[in-house]
Order: sequence, then C-alpha cells, then structure tokens
Amino acid sequence: MIKTAPATTASARIRGAFSEGRLTWSGLALTGFSILVYLFLYAPIVILVLFSFTRDEFGVRWTGFTFDWYIRLFNNPRMMGAAWNTLVVATVSTIVSTIIGTLLAMAMERYRFRGRNAMEGLIYLPIVVPEIVMAVALLAFSAIVFDVIKMVTGETLRRNLTTVTIGHIAFSISFVVVVVRTSLKNFDRRLEEAAADLGADSWQTFWRITFPLILPGIIGGALLAFTLSLDDFIISLFLSGPGTSLLPVEVYNRVRRAVTPEINAISTLMLILSMALVALSQLLQRRR
Amino acid sequence: MATIQQQQQRRDRIRLALLLTPGLLWLLLFFALPLVIIFVYSFMTNDALGRVVYEPTLNNYITIFTQSLYVNAYWRSIWTSVLTTVICLLIGYPLAVFIARSPQQWRMPLLMLILIPFWTNFLVRIYAWQIILANNGIINGFLEMIGVGRLTLLNTEGATLVGLIYGELPFMVLPLYAAIDRFDFTLMEAAADLGANKVQAFLRIMLPMTMPGIVAGSVLVFIPTLGQFVVSELLGGAKVDYLGNLIQRLFLRANPINWPLGSAMAVLMMLVLLVLIMMYFRVTSEEER
Repeated sequence: MIKTAPATTASARIRGAFSEGRLTWSGLALTGFSILVYLFLYAPIVILVLFSFTRDEFGVRWTGFTFDWYIRLFNNPRMMGAAWNTLVVATVSTIVSTIIGTLLAMAMERYRFRGRNAMEGLIYLPIVVPEIVMAVALLAFSAIVFDVIKMVTGETLRRNLTTVTIGHIAFSISFVVVVVRTSLKNFDRRLEEAAADLGADSWQTFWRITFPLILPGIIGGALLAFTLSLDDFIISLFLSGPGTSLLPVEVYNRVRRAVTPEINAISTLMLILSMALVALSQLLQRRR
Repeated sequence: MATIQQQQQRRDRIRLALLLTPGLLWLLLFFALPLVIIFVYSFMTNDALGRVVYEPTLNNYITIFTQSLYVNAYWRSIWTSVLTTVICLLIGYPLAVFIARSPQQWRMPLLMLILIPFWTNFLVRIYAWQIILANNGIINGFLEMIGVGRLTLLNTEGATLVGLIYGELPFMVLPLYAAIDRFDFTLMEAAADLGANKVQAFLRIMLPMTMPGIVAGSVLVFIPTLGQFVVSELLGGAKVDYLGNLIQRLFLRANPINWPLGSAMAVLMMLVLLVLIMMYFRVTSEEER
C-alpha cells in the first residue's frame, strides 16, 4: 500500500534524472540520445536535398554541383503532368472534404440525435482502417459502378482523376471533422445567444458570429486535408488510371526501376511545398 | 405555444438533416459500401481472365490458411509490425521525456522538429533511405574509407525495418509527449521518498500513468505498418512478401488478378488488427490497474 506523503526530502538521484536544467549523467545521456534521434530524423532529408544538386548520374554521391536535374524535371512532360494532376486533385478534395467535414462537425457538436454513436463510429473508422483496405475496397466498388454504367449506357469508363478525388475526399472528411470539432468545443455559445437576443436570425448568427470564430479551425482542417491529399500514395496508386497518375505514383514507378537525381529534385520540391504548408498553418494558428 | 415549439423542433430537424446528409451519404457510399463489397467478394471466386465469379465459396479463406505463402505473409507482417512498434516505443519514450522535461520555451520547437519530417511525403522519406543505403551510397562510402569494405545494406529485411521505424516514429512520439507532458514528475520524488528506487518508481508510477499515450502511439504505429507494401518493396527489394505486397499484387498485377482472394486477405487483415488491438487494450488496462 502506498500512502501519499509530502515530498519534502526528495531523493536527489531521481530528481536529477528528471528535473529541468540540471546537469546529471542520466540527463546528459538522455540529451545525447535525443540529439541522435533528431539526426536520424533529419539526415535522410538533408541528404536528399543535397543530392538533388549532385552531378552523379545515380544521385547517391557528391561529385559536384549542378542544376541540371531541376531543368530536366521541368522539361519532363510526364512529371509536370503528374504534378498538375496532384494539385488539381488536392484542391478539389480539400474544398469538398472541408465543406462536408465542417457540416458534419457542426451536426456532431451541436445536436443530440438517434444513431449519433453509430455516426461517430462511421466518422472515425476511416482513420483506423488500414489505407490499403480502403484502397482495394474503393477499387472494387469503382469497377462495379463502371460495369453498371456500361450495362446501362454502353459507355466504357476507366479509372481517372475523379475516382482518385472521391477516394481522397472519403478519407479526408474524418480528419477535417476532428480538427473543426476541436474549435467548436472551445467555442463560447453565449456569443450566439447574445447575437440572437440582439435580433439576428440564425443565418446571420452563423455567418457573423459562428463562422468567423471557427474559421481558424476550418482553415486548419483544410490545410490538413490538402497535405493528406498531396502526400497520399496508396489510394492514389489503386484509384488512378493509366495516364492520369499523381506525383507520388509517378515517383514510385520511377524509383522501382532506377534511382536518378531527377527524383531527388522532385522530392525536394515536394518537401518544400509540404514545409511551406506547415509554416502557413503555424502562422495562422499563431494569429488566432 | 406548443405550435411554436413544434415549429422550432421541425426547423432543428431539417437543419440537422442538412448538416448530416452530405457526409453521411459520402461515407456510406464511398467508405462503408466498398468495405461491404470486398467482404462479399471474399466469398466469391474468379475466372481465368481475373473476373469475379459470383459463386459462394470458402476457398479463399482455406487457401490463405493452408498455403505457406499466405500464412508466412501474415506472420511476417504481424511480427514486423510488433517489432517496429516496440522499437518506436523504446526510441520514442525517452525522446518524449526529453521534450517534456526541456525548458518551457523549447518544448514546442522541439516537438515541431519531430513533426516536420512527418509532414513530408512518406514515399519521399522512404526513398531518401535508398540513397543512403545504396551499394555505392554514403554509408558504404564511409565504410570503405575506414577500411571495412562495402556491405549489402539495401534490399534487406533490416533496411525494411529501418524504413518502417523512420516512417512511423513521429506517430509514436506525439501521443507519448501528450501523456508525459501531463505527468506530474513530483510523483517520482514522492515515490523516492517512500523508498522506491528509480526502476520501481518508473514501473509503478510513471509507466501506468502514461499508459494512454503508449496505447495510442502503439496503435497509430501498428495499423499502417501491418498493411505496408512500399517500404518492403523500395528498401527490402521485394524479396519476401508482406501482407500488403500480396494484396497489391492480387488486385493490380497478378496474372490473372484475383480480387476475391485479395479481398479475403484484406478482410482477414482487418480481423487480425481488431483481435490484436483488443488484446493489447486488455493487457495494458490490466497494467494500469
């Protein structure tokens, strides 16, 4: 049995290991270990960026500086096409999933209704189902839909950017709901009541009070959805058709054959885009 | 009076329906229904052209349970996922303690430094390891310089493991940090005052109290690892088959493709996941008690 006792004569040994800003062997070991982990996290990224400028044709050694791989990349219509596809899919997916997700978040946070728990499950399930399962399920589903369309109209459809976008929206919605719900939870509802008391109807209350206040949450959700779509590989691989591949799929197809510094270059650009998005979301959060 | 209330209620119900319907429809149509379809497919069979034939059978499941190719893939994926999760935990826990015990103004930047690699494309991060581990890559260059000579690093199961740990570590650190940051470290001093040594204090006090973070992090790492196929393909050289590799092949590249068998594998994978996570929750909640 452990009884609570006042911590007056704290053992220096344990305090040393855990307390702030004091130099101990275990503290030093912990710091050293952590520095190694940070190096482990960053070394590959630094090397990738560095080697996008190497002259080495395999892109794995430093043999001098060159911009050639970037120039080649920009002159590669396949890569540029895939990059454009990726941006289009991410934009559409972000807009649709942000709208649907925000509406769902409002419903879940503001209303009590029958089947609410089931709805909760349906919303959070896409986060825990392995992506490959979702991907093959959507692939099977799209094949059936295409078969039906062929039977009805005689038209043969193939997987295209629309199928990918639908898949991206399906997994992005859940993440948007999570983010927007947090901002709705921290929301002072008396502000809405005050607006109503002052004669605003519910439409005005929403657009003048609720929406501006939860906007940072909505933008946060949208940025997350955008990044998820940009970064997605598995669903994109299964749902994109021939000639409509996305950037990660294009990179995958190239990497499986051979490593070239062109891949280092496109990877570096993707990295910069992701980081810019993170910086943007941080900036927006700070303003809040 | 009642009519105003009724009116209000009706308006509320319409509003709720408008909020719910788009999301509900999308998730039912493009998430739940497809899952039902592969569940049904898993009991079907296919013809020589790879088309699904609607004749109910248990053959797919029998194949998976009896052919070593499939049995081995399940064991390999489960074992690798457990190993990845445990190593991520062993690396992530001290790191999370380090961040939580840093001076206040350093914590957020340190956490952001963990997050930034996580925001970059998974495929790109894995690809970066190809450069490092390549036969004529940096590590081998270094080994040659110090006289060890070149080693085969790429296209090994060790490389797969490194890639998985690298890719999933942030998922472990974040929930761990959230739990450890809430932990009151003066409790450790109290335990010491009562005569507990460091190990006892950690096992009896800190570990149980940070268990929610351990559980959340482990589940977040385990789920994507179980279904992965990119890492074993790009870093492991696709020498051995993991679950994800087989499923991908059955759906996209096999000749003929076999969607019913692939579906059965996916369904079984979900089942394995469910059972393992439930077991894990049970064990860890006993620990907490």
